[in-house]
Amino acid sequence: MIVVKDLKKQYNGLQVLKGVNLTINKGDVVCLVGPSGCGKSTFLRCLNRLEEPDGGTVTLDGKEITEKDIDAVRAKMGMVFQHFNLFPHLTVRKNITLAPVKLKRMSQKEADQTALKLLERIGLADKADSYPNMLSGGQKQRIAIVRALAMNPEVLLFDEPTSALDPEMVGEVLELMKELAHSGMTMVVVTHEMGFAREVANRVIFIDEGKVQVDKPPQEFFKDPENPRLKAFLSKVL
Amino acid sequence: MASLAEQFEVLSGLAKSGAHLSFGQDFFVKFYQAFLLSNRWQQYIEGVGTTLVVTAIALIIGVILGGVVALVRTAHDQQRHSHRNFLLGVVNQICKIYTTVIRGTPMMVQLLIMGMVVFASSRNFTVVGALTLGINSGAYVSEIIRGGLMGVDPGQMEAGRSLGLNYMTTMVTIVIPQAVKSILPALGNEFIILLKDTSLITVIGGKELLYAAQGVMNRTYEAMFPLLGTAVIYLILVMIFTWLLGKLEGRLRQSDRR
Repeated sequence: MIVVKDLKKQYNGLQVLKGVNLTINKGDVVCLVGPSGCGKSTFLRCLNRLEEPDGGTVTLDGKEITEKDIDAVRAKMGMVFQHFNLFPHLTVRKNITLAPVKLKRMSQKEADQTALKLLERIGLADKADSYPNMLSGGQKQRIAIVRALAMNPEVLLFDEPTSALDPEMVGEVLELMKELAHSGMTMVVVTHEMGFAREVANRVIFIDEGKVQVDKPPQEFFKDPENPRLKAFLSKVL
Repeated sequence: MASLAEQFEVLSGLAKSGAHLSFGQDFFVKFYQAFLLSNRWQQYIEGVGTTLVVTAIALIIGVILGGVVALVRTAHDQQRHSHRNFLLGVVNQICKIYTTVIRGTPMMVQLLIMGMVVFASSRNFTVVGALTLGINSGAYVSEIIRGGLMGVDPGQMEAGRSLGLNYMTTMVTIVIPQAVKSILPALGNEFIILLKDTSLITVIGGKELLYAAQGVMNRTYEAMFPLLGTAVIYLILVMIFTWLLGKLEGRLRQSDRR
C-alpha cells in the first residue's frame, strides 16, 4: 500500500534519513521506535510530505506521491500530532467537520451526523459544542484522532500521540488506538510506548542512524534482539 | 451684563488704541478671536470631520493593502524550496520594494510627492492626502499582519494541510482567525498614529483640523490658541479611541476564557 524507497532527508547538512526502505501493507499496524533524534518522526512526516524529502520516493497504492497532488493524498492519510493541534477557535464539532465539508466530501448536515457518531463512539458526544481549551489532554487527543477519522482515511499516521499527555491520560488514547487497530485500520505509529508496540502492532521497526535497522513482529522484536543497537536501546527503555 | 460679542468689541478696540489689557482681558480677546468670532468654531468642527473621514479612508486602504502584502510575503516565505512559484516571487519582490520605499522615506516627503508631482493637477487635496496616508499605512500594517500570521503555531497550518485542505483554505479558515486576536491591538495603535498623522496633509492643502487652525492663525496673527485648541482636540480624539480600543480588546480576551 505504501512503498518507501531510499528516502533521504537532511537538515543543514545533517543527514537525518540515509535511505529508508519500507513497505507498509493494508491493515498493518506498524510501530516505529528508536532513540530520540534517530529520524522516526522525520520519516513519518516525509510520508505525507509535511517534510519534503531530499531523495527517494514514496508511493501510495502504486502512485508516487508528489507535491502536485499532495492535498488529495493527505486526505487519504490522516495524521495525529504529538501536540494535538486542534483548532482552538472552533468547537469540537467544527474541528471534526471542517475538512470534510470544505473538501465537499459531505454536506454540513452529513458531516455533523458523522461527527456525532464518532464522538459517541469515544464517549465524548456531550463535548461537541465545547472548545478545545475546555478539554483534558486525553480528550483532545482522542478528538484529534476522530478529526482524522472523519476524512475516512486509508491510513493513519501517529506522531508520538501520547508523549505530551499526563500519565493518567495515556491509557484512554492507547485504548482508542487499539480499538482502531482491531477494526482493521492501517496505522503507522511513532511511539515510546513499548507496551502498545508489543501488544497491538504486527510489526515493530527500529530506526537508528537514519536507517531501518530491525523490522520484525513484536514477539521476536522484544524477545532476543540480535542487533546490538536495539539491545542497548531496549535495555534503556524496558 | 454685556454679551460676549460686545465685550470683545470693547476690549479689542481698547487694545488697538494701545491701551494695556490685563492678563484676563487679553486671554479673553485672543480666545474669542480664535474660536468664537464669526463662528470660527465651525471650521474646527469641519476640520475634525475631515480628519476622521481621512483616517477612516486611510485605514481601509492601509488594511486592505497591508493584508494583501502580508499574505503574499507569508505565502512566499512558506513555499517549498524546490517548488517556488515564479509569479509569487515577482509579486513578493514588488511587495518588498513597496515596504522598503514607504518605510524608508518620510511621510511628509511622500505627501509632497503625491500632492505636487503625481497628482499635481488634482484639486482634491483631501482625497490625495487620504490615499497617500493609506498607502503609507499599508506598509506598516503589512508588517503587523505578517507578524500576527507568523505568530500562529505552525502546527495549526500542518494540521489543516494534513487533513487535505490547501494552503489558501487553511490560511483563511484556520490561521487568519487565530492571528486576528494578536493583530488587533497593534492595528489599534496604527489607527491612532494614523489619526494624528492626518495633520500632515495640511502641507498639500488637505482641509483637516490643523488646516482650519492655520486659517484662523493667518487671519488673527495669533498662533497660541488655534494651535493649543488643535492639540487638545487631537488629544481628546485619541483618548476616546484608546478607550474604545481597550473595550474591544477586553471583549476579545473574554472569548479566550470561555
